[in-house]
Formats: sequence, structure tokens, C-alpha cells
Amino acid sequence: MATEQVISNEARQEIEQLFHHLPHKQAACIDALKVVQKYNRWVSDQALQELAPILEMSPHEIDSVATFYNIIFRRPVGRHVVYLCNSVSCYIMGYEGIYKALKEKLQIDFGQTTKDDRYTFLPIPCLGTCDHAPAMIIDKDLYRDLKPETLDAILAKYE
Amino acid sequence: MERPLTEHIKQDGTALSLKEYEAVGGYQGLRNALKMSPADVMNAVKDSKLRGRGGAGFPTGVKWSFVPMGDNAPTPKYIVANGDEMEPGTFKDRLLIEGNPHQLIEGMIISAYAIGAGMSFIFLRWAYHEAADRITRALQEAYQAGYLGNNIMGSGFNLDMDLHTSVGRYICGEETALLNALEGKRANPRNKPPFPQVSGLFGKPTIVNNVETFCNIPHILAKGAEWYISLSRSEGGGGTKLYGASGKVKRPAIWELPLGTTLGEIFEEHAGGMLEGYQLRGLLPGGASTDFLTPDHMDIKMDFESVAKAGSRMGTGTIIVMDDKTCPIGMCLNLENFFAQESCGWCTPCREGLPWTAKILLALEEGKGKPEDIDHLTFQTHYNAPGNTFCALAPGAMEPLQSALKYFREDFDEHINTHRCKYHN
Amino acid sequence: MAKVFIDNKEYEVPNGKNMLEVCLSLGMDLTYFCWHPAMHSVGACRQCAVTQYRDENDTRGKLTMACMLDANEGTRISILDQKSKDFRAGNIEALMINHPHDCPVCDEGGECHLQDMTVMSGHNYRRYRFKKRTHLNQDLGPFIKHEMNRCIQCYRCVRFYNDYAGGKDFGVFASSGRVYFGRSESGTLESEFSGNLVEVCPTGVFTDKTLHKHYTRKWDLTSAPSVCHQCSVGCNTLASERYGGLRRIMTRYNGDVNGYFLCDRGRFGYEYVNDEKRLTRAAQKENTSGPEAFASVRKHLASSPKMIGIGSPRASLESNFMLKQLVGAENFYQGIPGTEAGAVNTVLEVLQNGKVKTPSLKEIESYDTIFILGEDLTNAAPRIALSLRQAAKNLPREKAYALRIQTWNDAAIREVVQGETGPFFVATPYATKLEDIATSSFHGDTSSLVSLGKKIAAHIRKGEQGLANHDEETGFASATAKALSSSQKPLIVSGTGMMSKAIIRVAASIAGALKEAGKEPGLVFAVPEANSMGLSMMGAAGALEEAADRVAKENDITAVVLETDLFYRTDKNTATGFLNRCQKTILLDTLENQTTPEVDFILPAGTFAESDGTLVNNEGRAQRYYQVFQPKNEMKSSWAWLDMMIHNTEDARPFDAIVSEMAEHIPAFDKIKTLAPAADYRIGTQRIPRQTHRFSGRTSINANVSVHEPKPPVDKDSPLSYTMEGYQGQPPSADIPYYWSPGWNSIQSINKYQIEVGGELHGGNPGIRLIEPQEDGATVFEENIVSAGKGRFEILPAWDIFGSGEMSALSPAVAKRIPEAAVSVSEKALQGSGLSGAEKIRINYHSGDIVLPVKVDNSLPDNVLLFPKGFKETAGMQFPLYGDIAGV
Ligand SMILES: Cc1cc2nc3c(=O)[nH]c(=O)nc-3n(C[C@H](O)[C@H](O)[C@H](O)COP(=O)(O)O)c2cc1C
Ligand code: SF4
Ligand code: FES
Repeated sequence: MATEQVISNEARQEIEQLFHHLPHKQAACIDALKVVQKYNRWVSDQALQELAPILEMSPHEIDSVATFYNIIFRRPVGRHVVYLCNSVSCYIMGYEGIYKALKEKLQIDFGQTTKDDRYTFLPIPCLGTCDHAPAMIIDKDLYRDLKPETLDAILAKYE
Repeated sequence: MERPLTEHIKQDGTALSLKEYEAVGGYQGLRNALKMSPADVMNAVKDSKLRGRGGAGFPTGVKWSFVPMGDNAPTPKYIVANGDEMEPGTFKDRLLIEGNPHQLIEGMIISAYAIGAGMSFIFLRWAYHEAADRITRALQEAYQAGYLGNNIMGSGFNLDMDLHTSVGRYICGEETALLNALEGKRANPRNKPPFPQVSGLFGKPTIVNNVETFCNIPHILAKGAEWYISLSRSEGGGGTKLYGASGKVKRPAIWELPLGTTLGEIFEEHAGGMLEGYQLRGLLPGGASTDFLTPDHMDIKMDFESVAKAGSRMGTGTIIVMDDKTCPIGMCLNLENFFAQESCGWCTPCREGLPWTAKILLALEEGKGKPEDIDHLTFQTHYNAPGNTFCALAPGAMEPLQSALKYFREDFDEHINTHRCKYHN
Repeated sequence: MAKVFIDNKEYEVPNGKNMLEVCLSLGMDLTYFCWHPAMHSVGACRQCAVTQYRDENDTRGKLTMACMLDANEGTRISILDQKSKDFRAGNIEALMINHPHDCPVCDEGGECHLQDMTVMSGHNYRRYRFKKRTHLNQDLGPFIKHEMNRCIQCYRCVRFYNDYAGGKDFGVFASSGRVYFGRSESGTLESEFSGNLVEVCPTGVFTDKTLHKHYTRKWDLTSAPSVCHQCSVGCNTLASERYGGLRRIMTRYNGDVNGYFLCDRGRFGYEYVNDEKRLTRAAQKENTSGPEAFASVRKHLASSPKMIGIGSPRASLESNFMLKQLVGAENFYQGIPGTEAGAVNTVLEVLQNGKVKTPSLKEIESYDTIFILGEDLTNAAPRIALSLRQAAKNLPREKAYALRIQTWNDAAIREVVQGETGPFFVATPYATKLEDIATSSFHGDTSSLVSLGKKIAAHIRKGEQGLANHDEETGFASATAKALSSSQKPLIVSGTGMMSKAIIRVAASIAGALKEAGKEPGLVFAVPEANSMGLSMMGAAGALEEAADRVAKENDITAVVLETDLFYRTDKNTATGFLNRCQKTILLDTLENQTTPEVDFILPAGTFAESDGTLVNNEGRAQRYYQVFQPKNEMKSSWAWLDMMIHNTEDARPFDAIVSEMAEHIPAFDKIKTLAPAADYRIGTQRIPRQTHRFSGRTSINANVSVHEPKPPVDKDSPLSYTMEGYQGQPPSADIPYYWSPGWNSIQSINKYQIEVGGELHGGNPGIRLIEPQEDGATVFEENIVSAGKGRFEILPAWDIFGSGEMSALSPAVAKRIPEAAVSVSEKALQGSGLSGAEKIRINYHSGDIVLPVKVDNSLPDNVLLFPKGFKETAGMQFPLYGDIAGV
């Protein structure tokens, strides 16, 4: 292959580990996509090509699965992903204010990535923490009872 | 008042370790079960009148009894815990998993024993990162202690368990869509029949139960069906139930209470009533896909039958409170946007009807509504009625809307007549 | 049978159907999208909603999907009640909210299931006032146009392309209202069956790109029932013309043959009919053309020359027969080389003398254990490969039936089956595409495949002790034999692909062994061309080599060459030698080719579109095809020219007269008289119109020439008319020129032509089997010893669906799909000759040498090379060849 491989050997090994307990390799498709994303942040076309022989699926078949799910990214994302809950309890509890504040601070809207590649900003359905609405997740960290004035301190943690 | 599911959950927010769990009687239910025949375990669950906590309230023991048993039954069979919990306004399973992962694991092992399953999965929603870590640790502990793996506690029974963390999509909570997701496919629901009990994961007999449902099982086996029934204040089922509230109430949280505790008790005593300056206008009693109830309904018992009689569903038992400063149309719009976005795209009424519904609600909110929009919204609620769609997502989506049209009609009319939303100044 | 109630009327219906099938079979109008008669139900579109009642006292009922409702005893539904009618209309309204409403510019318009269903449902007023969502379209290659905005998300396309046809480069993407059907990225669809998307899609998302190039409204087409000429399977087609050009090919349903589907060679390989190089006038070498040229032919014939005839596997039975009549049986030769003739004749011999039945294409789908020996079906007889894919699903599906899942419950069955296929064994020289569903596969040269076949037959007869040593070959043989022996319906598939009599015989012996063991085996052979079987059944004095010998010995021969390009059929030396030695040559053919400049006389022959005729397919089924349109020039069916030559006339006798004469002379063809209604058949007094009653602008077609409407031509060869006048009901099944029924303008109206959906056509499926197994027939066929030639490599033909068809390859869209001609060779073999990494190599074989680009194929045995079969570069080569390789 002329181009460099985008799925690292480490990731490949991790994917191989997924097949036990499963009757066929396709069943590990979603988990494999997660592994790719863990290492690469997103799933590129080339990653699909490389994944295909590992999973014994075609890139089209994998993409059909990948594009169904919103937490599999088929477009590049920044170093940190900010997921702001926009579901009903947060809506009642002041999501709108948080959304506006974040938009201003990050200078981007939902679906966009900051120029410095630092943040991607996404809406997300209910985070299951409605008693502490409004809430958001950055990468894997949950932030609850959000107030516009606490956002700066939170964002500062992510380089 | 007994709170078997949550009483041992620690206040500091950390999970019970295996040792701690065992110290408070953990895995006793499993010990008891392994001494019984699978059929007896199944009967104990049947006798307990445990009903599924995932929303539909189907009797758990009855569900299990549809699994083919005996030597000719297909193998492997599967047990799956539904920990997708993506219904907006719902956050009860998170508490159970994060607080006491072994309780869930034990419940699943007992269930697996009852139906003869050899493999089990915990299907956990993406957002529960902390829960995932805790389950992973608990699974290691359980394997080490011999509660999982081969020849569990010398009984000859084998069971493996894996954690699957999902990658989003509310529809994954629908049990057959969940199975497709576990198979690495697009999470479109499957037609029933065949039911998963007969042809489920990888085409094999499978039981899918809600996390909370499984968490009840160890206690039923530890203390017996009679005790379990005595916990309830409802005719229709045994045990306690996790109730919760969110919105502008004084103490939003989750509480374990007897099944059949009244709505008023939950709202006033536990949630503490409305925050200063807010009035209660309505509430969704059991998550986003249940019909609105109003302050007039405070006396009803929160159990499956009573809530149904009042024109709604108990659903997940987690109440979403709508105050007088929240626009009912705006709230419906928020809900319908969610459902439209989370539609799997398989059947027409849901895929096309929900976005259309959401667009009309948006028009209303923006002051661009037309009188005929009310008729059309009503049409959508009929069009997406149960049975008309492939799965229960779209009918669920219509529940808040149809009841909003019933209880908050004047708000709809006002939006149309005044061409504006008064709540958004 | 079950008693069901529909709108309070009682009906006895067969068990195992769903209520949508029942309603459609009863001739009722009920709307649907996602259900397809060959792919069954998934319940996605919700368009077939009906109201179901518990019993006669239930007045409310509940809405349910007819396609997901089993037709059980007592099932009670209404399709006329207001509730379900409103739902169906509302559902269409919802489906259409994002539809661009672009019928006026849509290729599907007028033949659109979505249009039909919209009208049928009663939805006619659009309430949606918001922005529509739009999609980007993809370039899917030369065959299929993509317009995603017209999509109604019925999922039929993926279900056909992936689930039914085994495609992997297509799918559904995203979710919710954004679902998208296409490929992960733009690119040519790889499936050999992609063209079926045109028919499977109920709206204008996937349309025929070749039709689009010369688009005409579908009601303006003149159509006739035809039979595909592009391979030996003989799929039934509808061929359509406008303004003297052939515009498209669609599936003509035949419940015994191709059912609802065609392959892409068959569907898109028609364009050569419109080629500029078509021969349109009679001509002779001295540059005379037109009627005078034919007068010269007659003059020459009047001198009673000594004649031989060269028959053709791509010409009709009638044309071959008339040639035989013209030159005499002892002077009639098959226009194919000896190896090919030997192979085809062997197929005929084992089928005629054997005890094992050769099943129809449809029946192939009922076998459950498959063994393929030596044949690349996807490329040589593609439609068979599609049927084999269905057969491979049978045994795994039993698991679902055991769980009482109904046969129509497609999605549920697939959940149980989990993509499992088999038992399916493939032994070929190279890895074929069907290997993706194979339980096990084996690759070998001719002699090892023959030896493998013998082992399998021996194992079936004698068990494990029949096999001595245990190498890879024996392991495969024993696994295959065991699987075949444990099935009641095993199927052996082989063919002439390797041009080996021994392969064919050993395949027949395996089937014979199974028959002896009390099984009901089937035996299928693919043969090279549309009428290879017919030509073989005709009987001949020899193959091309014998004909060449003949003219070499006698130097006063006039050769009449029927639809044969000698340079395509045989090597250059033989072809030129033959042409030079003949005193005179008369060629009847359709297109300019390498032979045309070399002959004395040319008579322009009609292709399948401009002529009538009968073909015999690989199964031995005789099938009639009809002239689609009368060409405005001198083209005629070859048999017509030959008849005029025999009788020295200006005009030919009618087709029926030729058929009667043939039946009289060749008893095997007797049944052909009853194949289709005679030319004087009328319904009442009416003919069957080739044009729809919606045909427009008839009076102005020739307005540029004359405002007077010319008298339409009269068809003396068939009961079909060239006009829109005639019987408007359903014609006899052999004579269906297009599908139409009130309210059903699309090809989905096929339902109305069948006794029950997916079943036989009213009046029976057309076609007559000419070969049946013999009760006391043979079960053992002596295999010839394979004579290996000199050279380290056996050179075998690699078939290509697009490149290997002589005529279809001339069609521009198909031509775009032809791969580069290359020699396939294993890496090991290259290494062995020190040629590792070489881009091109020279291959020396006994009669010549050729330089070809290298294509590494490690599935090949180290002693086998593959040449593309029938490509320009390899035309006329006779396989197997033997040779060596060298650098260039
Ligand atoms: C759209 C949709 C989403 C659902 N989401 C969940 C869920 O997140 N968790 C859950 O336990 N059940 C969910 N359910 C219900 C499940 O389909 C199923 O009934 C349940 O898991 C069965 O468990 P139980 O019998 O223990 O209640 C959902 C159903 C639908 C239709
Ligand atoms: S109602 Fe239909 S489209 Fe909606 S989620 Fe269920 S199956 Fe999918
Ligand atoms: S045809 Fe019945 S749901 Fe689509």
C-alpha cells in the first residue's frame, strides 16, 4: 500500500481481541469502530478500507453501520468533543443559556470544530443526569448543574 | 420502609465493591438459586409478581417462561441487560449501576441460570462512562470470585458476561433493535413474532430485561416472593420501584419507594414540590414517551394500571415536571425533535411523520402556525398510533403531544392566534 | 387451504401466504412498497395497512399490515373500510413530503409504482409546507442513474442488492429521515445484477442509464416478448423500440425461468442493435448493394453450386434449420471449433441419455446442497449464479421454519439464519465470485478436477473406502460427497466453461451416483451461447475444423455462413484459409466484423430485435422470441433470407411454415409448433398490440416526411400487431409484449398476469422442455482421458460477464465494464519462471504466442494460466491451450 496505514498495529490487536464470545467477526463491527475512533478520533474512508479485511466485511457494509450511530464520527473532530445535552429536562432547566454561552466562548455552533482543532461542539440527547440539569460531557467527563459562569473553568481543563 | 435495591448504595457516590456487597448479603440470592432447579427459580420470579421496569411492565417470570427449555432447545441462549436508558428524563438505571454493579450482575447470573443461558451481555449506553468503568471492575471481581465463568460456585453452571457500550441512538433501547446493535448491525427493530425469547441475539433464545428488573432478582431469591410482594402498595405487581423527578422541583432525585406510591407523595414529599416562584402545570410521569398528567392527578398510584387508567403510562417512573414558565409547545417541540432525530428510519409513519410534526411545532413556536395545524397534529397522533408503526418509538413520541393537545390546547390556540410564543417574551 | 374473509366475503386460499399476497392474488388492489414477490415481507413501508377483525362480531378492528399477517383459517380483514383507506392515503402523503414531485422530468414517469400507488390510495392534495430534505446523487457507473431525492425509503434496493444478490458495495446509510441508499462513495456498482434495481425500485431513484441516453416515454415504446440472446440461460425479456432504435430491455416474467430478474449483460447488452456498423443492405464484393446484390445471390444459386453451411449458436433454430435445408444435412457444420462443439454435444448427450433431470432455473432454487464443478457461473451464465445464491439459503432456512416462522417473513428468517449459507462446494480452476458463499472450495487444472470428480462419485457409491490417500483433494472430495449424500435434493452444476468433455461427463456421473443412491439430484450445465443447445440438437456433419478440411479438399465449394464471425470463432489462419479456399462465400450477419470484408455476398440479418425465432436454452427449453419492430431497410430474419434462397423468391414464407417444416424433419423439434400461438391467432378478431393504448403522437411520427399517416406494417409471422390497436386484455402468456393493468402502469402489474403472485402466468409459463431424463437412462459416463498438450502450463479460459459476450461486448455501456485483457497467473508460477513483478509476459503456446499484461491470481494452481475468453485479444483461441511463459 502506497499510503501509510491509519489503523495502528496496537489498534489492530485490540480489534482482534473483540472476536471471542462472538459467533462471527461482523458482530464486532461497532466495537471495532470504537477502537478505531479511540486511536484516531474519527473513522476516515481509509480506516474503513483497512477495517474491511479485518472484519471480513466490505467498506460499504461497515459504513452502513457506522453512519447509523451518532457517536461514530465519519468526519474529523477536534481534540476534545463537547456534547451538550439538549433534551427535555435540560431544556426546562436552562439549556438555552448554556448553549448560547458555549457558542460564544467556543466561537462555533453545533457540528463545528474550532480553528485550532481544540473543540468540536455537538448536541446530544439526554445524558441520564436529569436531576442535575443542565448537563454536558466533554470527552468522557460529565459536568452537571451547569451555569454560564462555570463554563470557563471547565473549558480551561482541556488543552 | 424497605429499600432493598438502594439501601446499601453509598452516599459518597462510589460503587460497592464485591466485598462490601457480600457483607450486606450480596450473592446470597445466587447461592439460593443454584440450589434450586431452574424451573423453581423461574417460578419464584413469577410468584413475586415482578414486572419489567423498562417501561412496558411485562411480567418478568412470564417472559422467561417463553424460552425453549430442555435438551433440544437451541444453544447458546443469551441474557441481555438493557442499560441503554436513553429515554429523556430517565436516570434511574445509572444510579443502580454506578452504586451497586454487583447487584445487577448477580441478578443476571440468576436469570441466566433460570433459562439456561451460557452467555450474557450488559448493553450500556455510551454516555455512562463512569458506569462502564465500574461494571468492568465488578466483572473482574465476579470472575475472580467464581461467580462468573465455568462451574459457578461448584454448581456445574457456566456463564460468561461481557459489557457492550453503545455508540448512541435511543432506538437501541428497544429490545430487538438492541439485539441488532449487539450483532454489530444497524439498530433497526425486528418484527415480533418471533419474539427474542425464541429467536433473539444471533437467532438464539434471548431474554432482554431492564437493569432495574435484574436488580430485583437477587432479593426475590434471597428473601422470597411473599416478602417481595409485601413491599408493594400495588395490586398489579410486587416490589419497590425507583421513582425520580426532574424539572423545577425543590429536590430532583431518585427514590426507591413501594410500587404504587401516589404521584402526590412523590411530588410533594420526596421531590419537595415546586421551586419558589414556579407553579406546576403538568408532568410526564414516566419519561419522555408518556402522556402528560396534571395537578388533578396527584392522587393516583404510580403503578402500571393506575397510571394507565389516568390516560398515561408509568413508563420508567421518572417524572418530568413542567412548570408554568415553560411553554408546553416548546416542550413538545423539544421532545418531538428528539424522537424525530432518533427514529431509526425504518417505517414510514415514524420516519416521515415525526419530522413533520416537529416542523409544525416549530412553526407554532415561531408564530407561523396555522389553524389547520392543530388538525394535522391530531392526525399525526392517530397516524403514529400503536400498531401503525413498526415499533413503539413513534407511538411513544405521540403520547406527550396528544395529551398536550388535550390539556394545553389553549396554548396552541394562543400561539396561532397571536403569532408568537408568550413564554419566549 | 384456509378460509379467510376479506370485506366480509369468504375466500379459500392456499396456506403459507400473507394477506397482501392473498389480496393481490385475488386480483384486488392494495397498495404496497416494501414487499416484493421474490423478496417477501419486512413490514417497513406500512403501505399495505388493512383493518383486521377478531371475528364477525368485532366492529372496530385494528389496523395491521397485510404483508405481515398470515392467511390463517378465519383471518378476517377489510381493505375497503374508511380507517385503513385513510391510513394508506395518509401514509403516501407522508412518503411524499420530501419527494421532488418531478414526474415530468423523471425517467420513471408513466411506469412508476409510486405514481400508481399514490393514485390508488386516493392521496391527491399536499399539505406539507416546509422545506424538503435533499440528497446528493452518486455516479454509479454506466448502467444506473441515481436520483436519491425521489427515494421513499422502502429498502427494496438494499434487500435486493445485498440480501438477495449477495452484493457488498451498496447499502443504506445514516438513520431517521436522512437514510440514504447508495454506495459508501460514488463508483460503479459491482454486482452483475445491478440492473434489477431499475425494476425493484418502485420510483425513479435507480433508472436505466442506457435508456436515458435516448430517452422516450415508456408508453411510447413499441415492445415485444423476447428472449435474451446474451448467454445460454434464455431469460425472458421485454424489448422495446422507438424510431427504429432499440431503447431498453426489461424483465419478462417467466415463473419457470428467470422470474423477476435479469443479469446486467442481458439488460444492458442490447445496444449493439443500434450500432452504426449494422449491416443494413444486401451487398456483394463488387460494391453492388441493395436488391441487385440479392439477385446476384439468386443467380449464383441457380447455377446449383456445391454448398456447405456454417451454422451458428447465436442464430435461431429456424435460421440454422433453413441453412441445413439449403445445403443439405451432410453439408451443415456447426460454426464453432471442435473443442466447443465436443463439449456442447457432450452436454446434450448426457442429458438426453442420462437418468438425471436438468432442472429449470426456477427449480434450481429448490435444491439445498450444491456442487459446482469447473464452471464460473457468475460470468458464463450469470442468472444461474443468482439462483444458486437462493438455493444456498435453503438448508439454513429450515432452522427458521422449525421455529414456525412463516416463509414470507423475510427479516425474521434472516435473523435466524445469520447469513449462513450452504452446503455449497465449488471446484474450479480459479476462485469464482460464488466462493463468497462456499462451504469449501478447491482449485485445480482440468485433470485434477476430473480426478476430484471421480473421487466424489466413488465416495457416493462406495463411501470412504472409495478413497485411498488423504491429500487436500480427497479431503474436499469426501466432504463434498458426504454433504451431497446426506441431501435429498443435491444439485450438480457444471458446464462447457473449461471446454472439457471429461469435466462434463464426470459431473454427470456424480449426479448419476446420487440418483442411484435414491436421491432426487439435479444436473445443470451452462453452455456457451444462446442457442448452443439448439444448434447441437440440430445435428451437424462436424465443427469448423471439419468444414475447413472439407473446403481444403474440394475447391469448388460455396459456403453459406450464418451469423458467424469466423475470426471470432477460430484462429486467423484457419479463418483466412477457409475463406480463401471457398469458391464463393455468402454471409448472413448483423454487424460488420472481421469476416464481412472477406466474403462475396452479404445479406443483412436481423438481430433478436428485428427477427422472429426460437432458441433452446441450457435446460433444453425451447423459447420463442418476436420481432420488436420492422426495420426500415433490408434486414430480415436469417431464416427468411434462406427461405428466399431455397425457393428463389422475393419474399419469405411465414414463420409458422418454417416451424412446421422443421418439426416434420426433426422430431426433437416437433413440440415447437405449440410453443406459441400461431400467426393467425386472434382474440375475437383482434391482434395483440405491440404498442400501449397510451402510445402518443402516432400521427406525427412521420410528419417530417408526409402528413399522411402511413399504413402500419402487417406482421405475417405472429399474432402481434405493430400498432396500438388490438386486444386490450391479457394476451396468451407467450405473447405478452408489456405489462399493464388498469391502475398498474409499472412492471409491478406482473402480479395481475400470474395465477397467484410469484407463481405461474395465466395459461402457464411459456417455453417447452425438449429434453427429459430417461427412466432407464445411464448413470455412469465414461470419462475421456484428458490429453495434456506440451508446455508447463495449461491455459484455460477466464470468462467475463461483460467481455466474453461476442455481441453484448459491442454495446457501449457494457464495453465500459470490460476489464483489461490480461493473463492471470499465480505469484508462485511467476517466481518459478523468474518473472516475479513482471508487468507483462509473453506466453508461447503451440500455435502462436501473445504478450499480455499480468494479473496475479493466487487462487490459481501453479500450472494454470488464464486467458480472458472471447476478448478482442484472445478471440478465436481454442481452449485448453498448453504453453510456457517468458519475459518480454
Ligand atoms: C424506543 C424504545 C426505547 C426503549 N428504551 C429502553 C431503555 O432504554 N431501557 C429499557 O430497559 N427498556 C427500553 N425499552 C423497552 C424495551 O424494549 C424492553 O421492553 C425492555 O427492555 C424489557 O425489559 P423489562 O421487561 O425488564 O422491562 C424501549 C422501548 C422502546 C420502544
Ligand atoms: S417506529 Fe418505525 S422508524 Fe420509528 S424507530 Fe420504530 S421501526 Fe424505526
Ligand atoms: S408492503 Fe406491507 S409494510 Fe410494506
